[in-house]
Order: sequence, then structure tokens, then C-alpha cells
Amino acid sequence: MKLFEYEAKNILAKYGIPIPDGALASSPTEAREAAIHLHPPYVIKAQVLVAGRGKAGGIKFASSPEEAAKHAKQILKMNIKNLRVNEVWIEEKIDVKKELYFGITTDRAHRCYVAVASAVGGMEIEEVATKDPEKIVKTLIDPDLGFRSYHARAMARKVGYSGKLMIKLGKVFAKLSVAAMDYDAELMEMNPLVETTGGSFVAVDARLIIDDNAIFRYPQYEKRLFSEGQTELTPEEISARRAGLAYVLLEGDIGIMGNGAGLVMATLDAVQYYGGSPANFLDVGGGASKEQITSAFKILLTDRRTSVVLINILGGITRCDNVARGILEAKKMVDFTKPIVIRLVGTNETEGRRILTEAGIHVLDSMEEAAKMAVEVSKGR
Amino acid sequence: MGIIINRDTKVVVQGITGLQGSFHTRLMLDYGTLIVAGVTPGKGGTEVHGIPVYDSVSEAVERYGATASMIFVPAPFASEAALEAMEANIKTVVLITEHIPVRNTIQILAYAKRQGVRVIGPNTPGIITPEDCKLGIMPAHVFARGEVGIASRSGTLTYEIAAELTKAGFGQSTCLGLGGDPIVGLSFVDTLKMFEQDKQTRAVVLIGEIGGNAEEQAAEYISFNLKSKSSPLRIVAFVAGRAAPIGKRMGHAGAIVMGKTGTAKSKIEAFRKAGVKVAEKPSDIPKLLAEKI
Repeated sequence: MKLFEYEAKNILAKYGIPIPDGALASSPTEAREAAIHLHPPYVIKAQVLVAGRGKAGGIKFASSPEEAAKHAKQILKMNIKNLRVNEVWIEEKIDVKKELYFGITTDRAHRCYVAVASAVGGMEIEEVATKDPEKIVKTLIDPDLGFRSYHARAMARKVGYSGKLMIKLGKVFAKLSVAAMDYDAELMEMNPLVETTGGSFVAVDARLIIDDNAIFRYPQYEKRLFSEGQTELTPEEISARRAGLAYVLLEGDIGIMGNGAGLVMATLDAVQYYGGSPANFLDVGGGASKEQITSAFKILLTDRRTSVVLINILGGITRCDNVARGILEAKKMVDFTKPIVIRLVGTNETEGRRILTEAGIHVLDSMEEAAKMAVEVSKGR
Repeated sequence: MGIIINRDTKVVVQGITGLQGSFHTRLMLDYGTLIVAGVTPGKGGTEVHGIPVYDSVSEAVERYGATASMIFVPAPFASEAALEAMEANIKTVVLITEHIPVRNTIQILAYAKRQGVRVIGPNTPGIITPEDCKLGIMPAHVFARGEVGIASRSGTLTYEIAAELTKAGFGQSTCLGLGGDPIVGLSFVDTLKMFEQDKQTRAVVLIGEIGGNAEEQAAEYISFNLKSKSSPLRIVAFVAGRAAPIGKRMGHAGAIVMGKTGTAKSKIEAFRKAGVKVAEKPSDIPKLLAEKI
């Protein structure tokens, strides 16, 4: 789960990392009020959960509270990458001497956390990694030892600091690593982390993505998971998540549902292989209940772009008779007239097929045949 | 033969009294797995399908000499269960549980390394040596005994491909799910090394998916160690997620393309460069194996 910039910054502040003084505003009046209590010049920043807000015009500078209110008014009307801007963060502009990067993330190959620092900040770290790989410093964090002060100082030295500034920067690095661990960060970064002309370090932008599987530890964020505009998810993705399903909206017209992430991905691939275009990815997971199947099916059936629905179930823990009953129930609830192609094999397969066949739905044996048939149906409309 | 488990492996089931734990214990017993005890704190002294239940793993280990554990414990408690098993001297842990926080998985795997424990998963369907033993939740009927090893990041896709292989007359030595999480215990490279040592295994199917670089690492290992004609293994791969967009999690926590890392294209290219045939679709795998063997 992604947090807003201001939330990530407030967490940094809690851990003693300097951030620019700032305040949150959801109207031009609030923005003006906030500015009065801060020192100009100001930066007004859209609070949205997608990257690239700067390019979209979501970051503006102002020298007076009136100007701050004017910019806030504009930004609060914006949609950035289909996400509405509901709030702006107003903060004091920092005098930049140098922009740096520091972040903590997981290293899949080494099965541990990794600290990443760079003497180049303010752009996507992946971009730096491609253009100037030698400017990036990485330290794998030993799970038993943790990220120690000497690791932090070594990284500060490697990005070009010595003496007192190295000590100061090392402390900021170490504090961030503690915050990242405490918050189950999939990624926590300060980008840019600014060296000011006054010789201190300030986190001018911050990002925190909490591991979705750890969100139960953060009830204050967990309850937000299902509300629109509070996460980066689309309304369909939210209703799928509510039902315990994994859903991703795609651009095509063939609605796809199956059990098991790998199997559904392979189904998408098969559809593409035969020249079709998937409308979505929908995984009902292992051991799906009849209710989950019904919710899943409803999501597919209410997607107006759909020309045909392709269902691919290979029963492991998922029972085919449950799937069949769920499908019929959902079909009854939503007035659905588009064609359905089903592949159904596995546990209680005979019963599942009987239920569907009696309802007049054709059931196939092979995933690839089913994918091919779905593509043919979608082309023939 | 086969790898990691066999009929004589003494198994503890943690979370045996739960719905899934009890259901799959029944199926594993029917398959011939030697389950010696179950563990559910607070339920010690009861029985599930005639298997005695204990409060702690160490009791089960002391009494029966169990060496493997299967964990069906819900995510918030699963890492405690895994650590308990390892401290009690269990040497193979199969972590079926999905949704374990990465921070806990990192801790589990660090401790496993120190204790010399093999961890399969988390978020795995488990491991099966067909017609011999299974520590998993896979539907047994799609598997048959034979010479092809399978290592996979996906559950149902493994069943799909195993069924294709069985239908085409290619039985399997051992099939294991590495797990769908971003950080898991056994890797493709670890399993390749074990399959190399196994007399029964002559070919391996690697089933990858988007996210991370485990497939690229496997390709590198293969090009250094298993590319020559004298190699003991023939290898075929499949990679799911060609149609997946960037930045979206495709069901598995680990199945996500981040920036340029983890695309199906990169994995397929790496395999091909290492001389590994990559199937376009699952049904092509038997054909590619036939060419190789």
C-alpha cells in the first residue's frame, strides 16, 4: 500500500529526519491559511499516489499566501493519471546545494533488505541505475546484524561526504532504515534528500510503500485499503480486493477469470498468443468459496467492454462444483447475455460439468482450446 | 529417488486441526506420506485422522524423530510456527501459507541458513514425488512417476503442466513449488543442483513467471554448468506473464514487473541464450522435451 507524501514525511519527522515545515490543505482557503504560518517561498504539491505529478503540473511554487491559494485552486481541480487530487501539501522551499537519494527496499535475490544511496537525486532511481550505474551505492542488510551506524557512515562517504557532514548524513540514513523496518516497507525512500546551503540534510520528497501482507499491523492504514481515492487502486480493483480476489484491469475485451496466479497469467498469454486481447486478470485463488466465485463473476459480467468471458479452472483445492454453482448464481443476479467459454477440470469435476451442462453452458477440457475459442468468439461479434 | 522427500520422511503437520490442515492431512495420508504427528498449540492430546496432536513441535520431534514440517498456520502466526520448527531441529520446512509479511520471511530464511534448514515456500503448493510421497496440497492424480523434475513459481500452472506431461507419457521424479512470494527459500538454482545429483531425474521443466530475476540466475547457472552435451539434465522452461502490464501485481505478491526488472521477455531471452528451449504455451512442453531427450 502506497502512502501519501505527507504521511511518509510525517513518519520521517517522527524518526528525527528533518523535513521542510509544511501543512496539508484541501481548499484554496486552507492553503492560504497554511502559508501564512510558514515562511515564503512555498512549494505546493499535489498529494496523489502516482509518480510523475511534477511533469503533470502538480507541483507549483509561490512567493505569497495569495499565490499559494491560487496554485492550490488549480491543483485541486486536477486529475493526475486518472486519480483525483483531493489534497495539497504546502511547504517551505529549501535552498538546495545538492540533491541525493537514499532508500531501503527488499533484495529478492539475496533474500534481505538493501540500502541504496546515490549522489544523484531528484529523478527515478531506476533511471540513475541505467544512466550512471557507478553513481549508485548499495549495502545488503544482514538480517541478524541490521543496518549499523558504520554501514550508514560508509555509504555517506561513498556518496562524497567526509567529516561532520558524513556523520550527519550517516545519521539520517540510519534513521530511515529504522523507520523502514518499523513500517514493513516494501520501499521507503527520500528522493531528493537535499543538502542545504546551510549544511544540513532535509528530506524534500518521501515515499513509503508498506508490504500489503503486513498491513494488518497498521490498522490506521488498513481501513483505508477499501476506500476509493485513498489507494492507487481502481474501483474494480477495490471491489475485487474486498472479496479477497486479485484483479488487474487491462485494455482488451476478453474477460478472464481462473484459479491460481500462474494459471491466469498463462491464460492471458494464451489469449494473446491466439490474437485476442484480455480485458483483465482475475485470480480467485486456491480454495475459493462459492461466494468468492460469485463476486468474481459479477466483476467480469459488469465490465461493459467484455465481448466474451473465459473461465479457466483447474481444481486443486478449488472444487469444480462450487465454481459451477457460483457461476450460475452470478449469472442469475447480473443479466448477462454475452457468451461464456469455460474450461473446468479437477476436484469434483463431473459434478461441476453436470451442473453447467444442464444450464446449457459448454465446458471444455483444455485451456488452450478454451482460449482459442474465446478469441474466435470475440472476433466474430 | 527424487529429491528432498521420500516415503520414509517423518512429517509433522503444523496447523493440523484447521480446515485446510486437516483436509490435506487426510489426502497426504492416503498418498502414503508418513505423517507422525500434528501440532496445534492448545490442542495437545487430541487426534486428527488418528494422528496424535501436540502443543509444540519439539514434543513431536523428540517422540518420533520427525525431520520435516508442513505449515498450514494462518499468515500472522506462520513465521512463529516456522521458527519453532527450525529451533526444534526440523530440517525441511514446507510453508504453504500465503500472505506472510516479507519482513518475517527474511527473518525465517536467515535463521534457516544458520540452522541448515531447507525452506520450500512461503506461498507454495508444496512438493510431490509421484507415487511415493507428497508434502503439499496439489491434486495427486495429475502426477505420475517418471524422469522429469519440475520446479515452479506457480501452483495451478504446475498442475496444468504436470497433467500435460503425464498425458504425453512423461512421468515426473519430483515436482516442487518454489512459492509465489517475492522472497522464498529454495530457488531454481538450488533445485537444479539437487536434480543434477538425483539418479531418477533426466530432464527438468522450469516454470517461471514475471517478477524478480530468479529465472535469469537459473539461466546463468545453466550456461556455466549444464549447457554441454554431457550435462546430466535436459532443461525446458515456460515463463508466464507475457501479457502482464508493468507495475501491477498479478495475483502472486512476487509477480510484478518493476521498471525494467522482471519482464517475461528478459527471462525468456536469458533462457534462450543459455540454450534452454522456452515453450510458447504449456502444451508445447512435452514436444520440446521429446526433442531434448
